[in-house]
This record gives sequence, C-alpha cells and structure tokens, in this order.
Amino acid sequence: MAKIQNNKAWLLVLPVLVLVAFSAVIPLMTVVNYAFNDTFGNNQFFWNGLGWFEEMVRSERLHAALGRQILFSGIILAIEVPLGIFIALNMPKRGFWASLCLVLMALPLLIPFNVVGTIWQIFCRIDIGLLGRGMTALGVDYNYTNDAFDAWVTLIVMDVWHWTSLVALLCYAGLQSIPDAYYQAARIDQANRWDIFRYIELPKMSGVLLIAVLLRFIDSFMIYTEPFVVTGGGPGNSTTFLSIDLVKMAIGQFDLGPAAAFSLMYFLVILLISWVFYTVMVTRDAGGDS
Amino acid sequence: MAQITLSNLAHTYAPSGEQESDFALKTLNHVWQEGGAYALLGPSGCGKTTLLNIISGLIMPSHGRVLFDGTDVTDLPAEKRNIAQVFQFPVVYDTMSVRENLSFPLKNRGLAGAQIQARVALIAEMIGLEDILDQKARGLTADAKQKISLGRGMVRESVNAILLDEPLTVIDPQLKWELRTQLKSLHRELGHTVIYVTHDQVEALTFADTVVMMHEGRVLQMGTPESLFETPKHTFVGHFIGSPGMNFLDASIEGNHAVISGQPVPLGANYRNPCGHTQIGIRPEYVQFTADGGLPVVVRHIEDLGHRRIVHAELERSPILVSVPEGCPFDSTMTQVRFIPEKINVFTNSWRVEGETF
Repeated sequence: MAKIQNNKAWLLVLPVLVLVAFSAVIPLMTVVNYAFNDTFGNNQFFWNGLGWFEEMVRSERLHAALGRQILFSGIILAIEVPLGIFIALNMPKRGFWASLCLVLMALPLLIPFNVVGTIWQIFCRIDIGLLGRGMTALGVDYNYTNDAFDAWVTLIVMDVWHWTSLVALLCYAGLQSIPDAYYQAARIDQANRWDIFRYIELPKMSGVLLIAVLLRFIDSFMIYTEPFVVTGGGPGNSTTFLSIDLVKMAIGQFDLGPAAAFSLMYFLVILLISWVFYTVMVTRDAGGDS
Repeated sequence: MAQITLSNLAHTYAPSGEQESDFALKTLNHVWQEGGAYALLGPSGCGKTTLLNIISGLIMPSHGRVLFDGTDVTDLPAEKRNIAQVFQFPVVYDTMSVRENLSFPLKNRGLAGAQIQARVALIAEMIGLEDILDQKARGLTADAKQKISLGRGMVRESVNAILLDEPLTVIDPQLKWELRTQLKSLHRELGHTVIYVTHDQVEALTFADTVVMMHEGRVLQMGTPESLFETPKHTFVGHFIGSPGMNFLDASIEGNHAVISGQPVPLGANYRNPCGHTQIGIRPEYVQFTADGGLPVVVRHIEDLGHRRIVHAELERSPILVSVPEGCPFDSTMTQVRFIPEKINVFTNSWRVEGETF
C-alpha cells in the first residue's frame, strides 16, 4: 500500500517552533553574536572571527576548571552508580517497607537545588552547623571554607546525598521488571549471587542504568547552584567548576566575548556526549531483546 | 533419574489455612515412576504449577513430604535437588552466547571443560541449536530462546527429573508441533523422568504416557490418554478432554438401561440402581444419526471442520453435540440419535460409576 504523503502536518509544529525561537534560538543568537565579535560598548561590534574560541581553548584557567569538572563528575559517578545499584538491590521488593523506602528515597530529589546548598552550607559550618561542630568536637580538623580537600568532600557528599536516590530508583524499577522465573531458573542452574547479578540483574537494568549515568553525568557536568551556595567556588578556585567559572567570567568580569565562546563550546561538549549516549542506547536496543 | 514420591502432600498459601478452600493443592499421594513421561493437565489456576514448583523445591509444601528415590527432600531448596525446570516464558542469560547458556549449569557444578563441551555439543545437535551456538542469546527469536531454556534443562545428565511448565506457550503453532515431537524423542533418547505441565490437552495427550488431570487443586484422574478419553472418572475430565468435550445428559439408571425423558437407552453394562444425581456421558464421536429407533433431536447448526462435521442439536431441550465423520451418511430424514452402548459412561454426583459387564 502506497503511503499518502501529506506534509501539511508540519504546520502543526509551527507554534512550538515560534515559541522555541523566542525562548531559545534568539537568545542563543545573541550569545553567538558575542562569541564572534568584540565590543568596547555603545553597541558597536568588531568582527573577531574565531579569536575568542582560540583564546579560550588555550586558556589555562579553563583547562583547570575543566579538569576539576571532569574529576568531580568522575568521582560522583563512581560513588553514586555503584551505591545506587547496591541500595536498589537491597530495597524491599513489595509491601509497606517498599513504599516507605520509595518515599524516603524520593525526598532529596524534590528539594530545590539552592535549598540543598543552603542546608549543607549551614549543616557543615563549624560555628553553628551540626556536622561542622560535631567534627570539630571529635577533633577532626574540618573546615570547608579554607581547606580545598574539605570543600571537595563536602560537595561530593552533598551530591551523593542529593542524587544517589535517582540512580537507586531507576535501578529499582529495572529490577522490579525481572520476572521471578529468572531467579528460579538461576537457582536451578546453581548460579551464585554474583552470577545472578552479573548475568541477570545487570543486563536487565543496563537500559535504565545507562539513562541514570547519562542524567547524572550531564547534571553534574553542568552543576552550578549547590557549589555556588556552599563554597562559591572556593577556597581560592579549588571548587570552581565550569559553570561557576563561566558565570564569573560573564557577569563578574563582564568578559562577554570569551564567556560566549566558552559557553558555546560547553554546550557543544554536552551535546556531543548526550549524542554518544543516545547512539549507544539506540544501537543497544536495536540489537537487543524482543 | 529418580522415582519421585509425593506423600500426603498438600499446600496452602494462606498462613493459617485450615479450611479446604484455602488449599491450592489438596491432599495427594502419588508416585512418579523413574523415566516416565507425565503430563499435568488442567485449566489455569488448578494448582498444577504449584505442584510442579513443590517438586522442584521452589515452593515448600505446607503439608506432606516429597521423596526422591525414598530420600526425603522436602526441606532441600531447589538448587540442592538436582532437577531441571523449564518455564513458561524463555529464560536465557542475554549477555551470554548460546553455548555459554547451555554450559552454565554444568560450569556451576564444576564439570571439566572437555565434558562440558561434549555434552553441550550433543544437546545442541539434538534440539537443533548447533548453527547458532556462538551467537549472543539476546536478539534471538522466542522459539530459539525457548529451545535454549529446554537445552539448559536437558544438558545435565544426572538430573532427577525434568519439569516443564507450559514450555510451548510462546511458540508459534507451526513450531509447537515440531518442538513437541522433539521433546518426545528427546525423552525417549535421554530417558529422564519428565513432568510436563500444560492446559492444552493436545500437548498432554501427545506427549505423555500418563496424564494427570487436575481441577481446583485436586487430582481427578491419572491414566493413559486413552483411559481419560474413554472412561473419564469425573464429568470435568470428560468435559475437558476431547474436542468438543463429552455430552452429559440427565438420566435415571435402571440396571442396564438409562431412561432419558421416558425413553430407554441401552447401556453396555449393568449399573443396578445408583442413587444421587445420575447422568450419562457420551462422546460426540460415539453418537450416530439414524432415521428411526433412536432419540429424537432438533438440529440447530452444523460446523464443518472438513474431515468431520460437528452437529449442534437439542435433545429434549438439552444441548448435544454429534461428530459426523466425512463420508458418513447424514440427511434431513435422520432426526434421531443413537448412542453406542459400550461407550456410554454413567456418573452419579459427577463421579463415574463402574458397571458390571454381563
């Protein structure tokens, strides 16, 4: 049967296109404009070509922020993914306790980012914070405001507290979808606990796990609010991640050209990584189960 | 291989089930002979999967004992019982190749590499998997996956029994026939005790030497496919087995005659005068149309199945089905039916009564 071609349906997309144009494309164009031009004010622009991009690619400051960013994302993924899987494996499967666990786990996800930052900022203060005072009382030399290591630990613990639930809940959903017959067959095949995890649970939750990793990577790679509230990028520049650095450059120093070039590259990197993840997921599904 | 004995076995899922209705499986004594091919047949929810899972050890029975070759295994978990079980939906280890799937149960039991290779090669050849041995199990068709499940069940030489829980549910009708034949020949070659759970009578009757018919947690009859067909012990068996099932007509029994609405019907045996609710059961295959000398019926409609016709008729307002084979004379003058006396079964209160042959 020949398919009827009717391209008029594209018109239905038009309102969305107009909205997106105003909300995203046009503001983005001003960023593009700043990225390729230089200005000394009075709304007069001079063509700068790829100048800002070259400067940013060579910038030591940006390299350092990128390094910190990759380290931060790497650490929180290395903690949150295994921890999330571990929690999901040990959550009750049904009944009252399962519901209670789900509610408790979902709570951190519902708290606005700046509130999370504020909670931890106060919680960790050595003068009034419970954790900070407690650590000091125990004789631990802890002060996130002037020790880079303490600041990192604080941010990582905060992120783990905030987001491990997401990984755990996604994995839990994946685990719940495994029919009992798989576990029964594994018992009859005398598979040990590790085999069950390796050959049944992990393959069955790999789809959702990939989504969890993608979400956590993108989110942590763009993290801004929480470290801004807790450490403000300090002490020194030790917790200045890419987006914090970007804001400092754009709004603190008003270096709009470099900041615009920076943000375009930042955007492209995230787009690229998302695309890679997406491609991996799609090819996996195509070769995957029926 | 082992002889499996169920002794006073019963199971209830209710924690303190005392009432009979709480029991998913009512008290049962049975011996599964070594090397036998059994089918557990019954409608959905009749307790056949519960019984199977009790034998395999996935469910601990609330009452009674399970013995393998005289050894009590009731408290042993599934992994210690050395049985194989194949489930309704294919269970394969997605990330492994077909070969790894088949060798997995052997590897876990610590067999030597060469032994595993030989056994996997043999089983793969038997069930026709040798061409795809090195493919990943993920992405195979449902029937290939179910073949892998079957293969994993059969790969261990020393299993006490192979339990199949509706293994052909997800298979296309065409392949169903092929796999069923394969299962039968596999059983003949390997000689394991096989218990096959199904709600499909064709599967049960073609596969098994002994069919165990279950209904509402109770075993109604155990016997050869032929005995279930010819002499069902319970009206439910008669109704369930056969396509279409047995006709049941209310009748009063007087010795070697049944009386249906005032007309005598000769029986093949003497039943004296049974009390209770009496019925006669006759298979549609054993009802014949005749011009006179029978019971008058009104034909409602006719289903033509090609090799035979199923006639839906009414005898004194109760429905009766008649199977008319191809080439058998049947015209509008034949408005009466006759039953073959030897093929009539008599039931009181739903249970079959044994007659005295003269």
